[in-house]
Amino acid sequence: MTKSELIETILSRQGQLSSKDVELAVKTVLEHMSQALSDGERIEIRGFGSFSLHFREPRRGRNPKTGDAVELPGKYVPHFTPGKELRERVNIGLRSESQA
Amino acid sequence: MVALTKSEMAERLFEELGLNKREAKEIVELFFEEIRGCLENNEQVKLSGFGNFDLRDKSQRPGRNPKTGEEIPISARRVVTFRPGQKLKARVEEYAGTDTQ
Repeated sequence: MTKSELIETILSRQGQLSSKDVELAVKTVLEHMSQALSDGERIEIRGFGSFSLHFREPRRGRNPKTGDAVELPGKYVPHFTPGKELRERVNIGLRSESQA
Repeated sequence: MVALTKSEMAERLFEELGLNKREAKEIVELFFEEIRGCLENNEQVKLSGFGNFDLRDKSQRPGRNPKTGEEIPISARRVVTFRPGQKLKARVEEYAGTDTQ
């Protein structure tokens, strides 16, 4: 599923909002989430999961073209931990497939 | 550390887009519910600019009860992983740069 398919699905599940409104809403939610993580803030959605930042230590890397050693500074990367309901639901899906 | 939650997301939809509070709450609920439903059906979710939610099937492996030391197999399972997109990774890295200075 892509972002535009997500917008379409949400649109079909609700009765009041126009497709433009739903599109803007989805983009606003994603921008809010990106902004929070960029500000070093966690995201916690019960039943879905949480997003946080993990620190990557500085390390010595190599320029793949020249082979020269380069110092890579430490950095933060986004990390997602699935919540209980999501973990359980993907496994219900797995069981029903193996029975089919 | 403060955390962003669904109610703040709905609040922003109310403030920025002028949705009423009930609509805003419903859209935020649907947003996460549709992603969950998709993953439940073993379908990847790709949100460009943000990241992809992928599914990985893990086979059964040996485990141990940490209390008793008893060996018990960890059953085969499916797990959700998130791969942040280039844009999100770049934005997050940028924050870290300003933080450590």
